[in-house]
Amino acid sequence: MEAYLDNSATTKVIGEAKEIMQKTFEQDYGNPSSMHLKGVAAEKHIKASASCIAKLLKVEEKEILFTSGGTESNNLAIIGIALANRRSGKHIITTAVEHASVLYTMAFLEEQGFRVTYLPVNDRGVVELQELENAISDDTILVSVMYVNNEVGAVMPINEISQIIRNKKPDIIFHVDAIQAFGKYEIYPKRQHIDLLSVSGHKIHGPKGIGFLYIRDKVKIKPILFGGGQQRGMRSGTENVPGIAGIGKAAEVVYSSLSQNVERLYELKDYMIEELEKLDRVKVNSSAGRDAAPHIVNVSFVGVRSEVLLHALEDRGIYVSSGSACSSNKHAVSATLKAMGLKAEEIESAVRFSFCIFTTREEVDYALEVIKELLPVLRKYTRK
Amino acid sequence: MFKAFLLKYAEIGVKGKNRYVFEDALVKQIELKLEKVEGEFEVSKVSGRIYACAKMPFDYDEVVEALTTVFGIVGICPLVQIEDNGFEDLAEKVIAYLDEVYPKKNFTFKVNARRARKNYPLSSPEINMELGERILNAFEGVKVDVHKPEVMVNVEIREQINIYTMEIKGAGGMPIGTAGKAMLLLSGGIDSPVAGYMIAKRGVVIEAVYFHAPPYTSERAKQKVIDLAKHVAKYSGTIKLNIVNFTEPQLYIYETCPHEELTIIMRRYMMRIAEHFAKQSGCLGLITGESIGQVASQTLQSLNTTNEVCELPVYRPVIAFDKQDIIDIACKIDTYETSILPYEDCCTIFVAKHPVTKPNLNVIRNSEQKLGEKMEELVNSAIETVEVVMCAPQ
Repeated sequence: MEAYLDNSATTKVIGEAKEIMQKTFEQDYGNPSSMHLKGVAAEKHIKASASCIAKLLKVEEKEILFTSGGTESNNLAIIGIALANRRSGKHIITTAVEHASVLYTMAFLEEQGFRVTYLPVNDRGVVELQELENAISDDTILVSVMYVNNEVGAVMPINEISQIIRNKKPDIIFHVDAIQAFGKYEIYPKRQHIDLLSVSGHKIHGPKGIGFLYIRDKVKIKPILFGGGQQRGMRSGTENVPGIAGIGKAAEVVYSSLSQNVERLYELKDYMIEELEKLDRVKVNSSAGRDAAPHIVNVSFVGVRSEVLLHALEDRGIYVSSGSACSSNKHAVSATLKAMGLKAEEIESAVRFSFCIFTTREEVDYALEVIKELLPVLRKYTRK
Repeated sequence: MFKAFLLKYAEIGVKGKNRYVFEDALVKQIELKLEKVEGEFEVSKVSGRIYACAKMPFDYDEVVEALTTVFGIVGICPLVQIEDNGFEDLAEKVIAYLDEVYPKKNFTFKVNARRARKNYPLSSPEINMELGERILNAFEGVKVDVHKPEVMVNVEIREQINIYTMEIKGAGGMPIGTAGKAMLLLSGGIDSPVAGYMIAKRGVVIEAVYFHAPPYTSERAKQKVIDLAKHVAKYSGTIKLNIVNFTEPQLYIYETCPHEELTIIMRRYMMRIAEHFAKQSGCLGLITGESIGQVASQTLQSLNTTNEVCELPVYRPVIAFDKQDIIDIACKIDTYETSILPYEDCCTIFVAKHPVTKPNLNVIRNSEQKLGEKMEELVNSAIETVEVVMCAPQ
């Protein structure tokens, strides 16, 4: 049996997305900037995708900008806002548990003379609102907070954050990295007072190499890529038509049965957490229930190094992550787990299981069964 | 402009009657390397020198790079070959050559003629003087320096005439295939690929064995070792890599023997298994990347303990090298970047915090006694389930 439980790293592309992409490869392969009919046919795919996404978010089509993925969306949002608004101030607020594509972009801006405040999180990985209130100052121009933490699934209080911003300093621009949240939550930027929203295609059963950034109309932002002036000059470069068609379709399919899917994911998550908590020397780092994302279960199997368990599971056809896939090719400890105050032995034994709409109860049962079998064996052999 | 290369060798030259064996091996190795590059070459032995002549256009940089990986070559001289149309023509061609290759005309030079074809009207000293004068007249600013010239203008009179001034440093050593075969214990570290390279440089054909321990070591760690073997193969030729699953024997040692002796006992079994494969394929020695005192298992006491399990000699070319010296070679042969990728290897997964550094042979032997027949079975099964990967240069 195979159980792919690494859907926060990436997901399988769904048939509908593949189909429409196939069409853009074989038939509508024109350059959307070309004046002839082939170009028009390609451009239609872009419009259709943008319109579909705009509807889901209840925003304008022109507020959707396609990028190469989550990393670019985050880079563009943060650097673009910082550059366009530096005369208003040089202070940015974010959290200590953001994705590398936010944290390293912040580090870059610090080199350029910006001041960045990294808000701490509590033991559930959630940022404390009081800390945000205290951090806002006269020269704060941007607050950037992730919706769902990619490592443990903690959900940040997005609505409360935007409320605080509006009360204390309404001209602050609010960016939300929704890469792990899109496809799991109904997100309405206008209602939630979100100015920029980053999304990635391959986390929602779309292809890799595509993402988008919602940019509220009238927000002052500068591009970071220059050239032929595509996408209203905000992102030059021939549009990735297959990717754009794919992400639009994937979003449409995922949102068409969102509530049933999410309901089922919560059941799976709570079931898995319940079963895991029955085991000896296991610490579940994700919260059960609605307080946290429905698709991420982060667990420390104390006494077993996460990489060893990962490879032992892989041998049985079960695919998981140790920490977050993006940071685990470096020998760095997880920033999120550290910020949550976990002990060293809990950090080095942390494994992330993540689900998608295709994940079944059988897969979870199989994983649980194999884990129960492996743990005593693996715990027997440890470094002394 | 260059259509041929003169390939110089050093050590082979002092060989006696079996010199042709080495020369032929070198010619064969050069041919093998040149087969992989664009173009077609004729490699020939002419009175104690080796020439590679292009039969069609080729990529100069690619060919030079390929030739610098051939052991046995100490110098690579790109040649201009001209027909003999009299001395005036020769002088013109030499001046044209210098004009193109040396844009700045402020060097010192010396002409070094070699008249291999004795019916040429001028003697070697005459050519030296005549050509030297023409060059001096042609370029203002150049000077003759017969002791330490910056540019040595070599002119060889054969059926054709060869002109060359540059010598690119070759890999040195002896041609592969002239010194038998040995088994390299290859890990994912920095030292063992360097050790393999150094022994291959003396003409030895290399085979390798790698121990992995899934799930404690990953598929990527294994791929890394395959990549390292491919890097070394650029010099040594294709390496047959024996990949041994060492998990079961390792866990059994862990269960049975004192923990601080784990690494030493493991290494003894690795040597035994490596020797098994070595004998099977006719190797005359083992090669390791050990260096005195680098880690606990590489003290003289530890080496003495691991060495005694083998009958074959164990060659340790980096035994007295400092880490930095090994790293320098690893950088030169392009294995360093791969070696430092952070994947765990099977020697470190269960390593004790304080492993024995001065193992006592009798104590280790006693501990091993406890492993008994079961260990033999586990080792045999590890040997039987070996996975062989042929690692060709990329």
